Amino acid sequence: MKNLRFVLLGAFFGLVLTKSEVVTWHKIRAMFHFREPDLYLIIGSAVVVGAVLVAIVKRLKPRTPYGEPVVVERVPMHKGVFFGGFLFGVGWYIAGTCPGPIYAQLGGGEFFAVFTLLGALAGAYAFAWAKPKLPD
Amino acid sequence: MNLLLSPWPWWISGPLIGLTVGLVLVLGGQSLGVSSSFRDICAALLPKSKLPYLANANWRGNSWKLLFVLGIALGSFIAVRFLSNAPVEFLPAHYHSASGALKLLGGGFLVGFGTRWARGCTSGHSIMGLSSLQLPSLYATLSFFAGGLTAAGLGMLIGGVL
Repeated sequence: MKNLRFVLLGAFFGLVLTKSEVVTWHKIRAMFHFREPDLYLIIGSAVVVGAVLVAIVKRLKPRTPYGEPVVVERVPMHKGVFFGGFLFGVGWYIAGTCPGPIYAQLGGGEFFAVFTLLGALAGAYAFAWAKPKLPD
Repeated sequence: MNLLLSPWPWWISGPLIGLTVGLVLVLGGQSLGVSSSFRDICAALLPKSKLPYLANANWRGNSWKLLFVLGIALGSFIAVRFLSNAPVEFLPAHYHSASGALKLLGGGFLVGFGTRWARGCTSGHSIMGLSSLQLPSLYATLSFFAGGLTAAGLGMLIGGVL
């Protein structure tokens, strides 16, 4: 169960992603061309609920069922959030998929998502190679 | 029942995505995120790589992430197979072509390169980072949309090539 719980947590996330259709090319295009407010509302309401839960977790400092401490990570400031973030946004538009939905598309039987995953792995490898030369 | 089998409206799916943040924290002791899986898969596939970014990846210690993305695929399979009354169109028909495959490879490359440079994606920065009020995640999210909207504008200018 210690490892299986992560499969189950992922399954919950993947089920919701696919049922909300944020994993479809059409919804991503509709968001970037301002044809539908859905994705903005989904991200917005997710953050509101997430923020309430994170605030509760920070106050109660619970432990997991396996006694592990629950730590809310701090995100350090670095230039990559701007440069990398922009590049990711361009890719998000072209491929119609962000990282989570790549796996959701594959699981849902969209075999062309193999190309997106291969591209993403190649991109991560290229980053590994380029990292010493890039602003952090 | 119909409500369950149709696509879920934003006011159900958005809060459930937010709930995932809490569940992953409390049950898993981890911060929600997906894109570091690209680094971990590369490191697992190339164990002899001398690139420090891959050699230092510790994908075994971070194995929860690979189990989590496996779960995403499984959950999506359940959604499509058992909880949908109509096929889910993940990609439009015209992407099922050589030019579509090229766009997915190219777009995917930018997704992999960009999220690793930014150290997070929509899950890690826009959902988890914003939920925990991290300013760098706000800058990341604004940059994601700057990139996507720039591509959308360019795509309209050059007429459907993107």
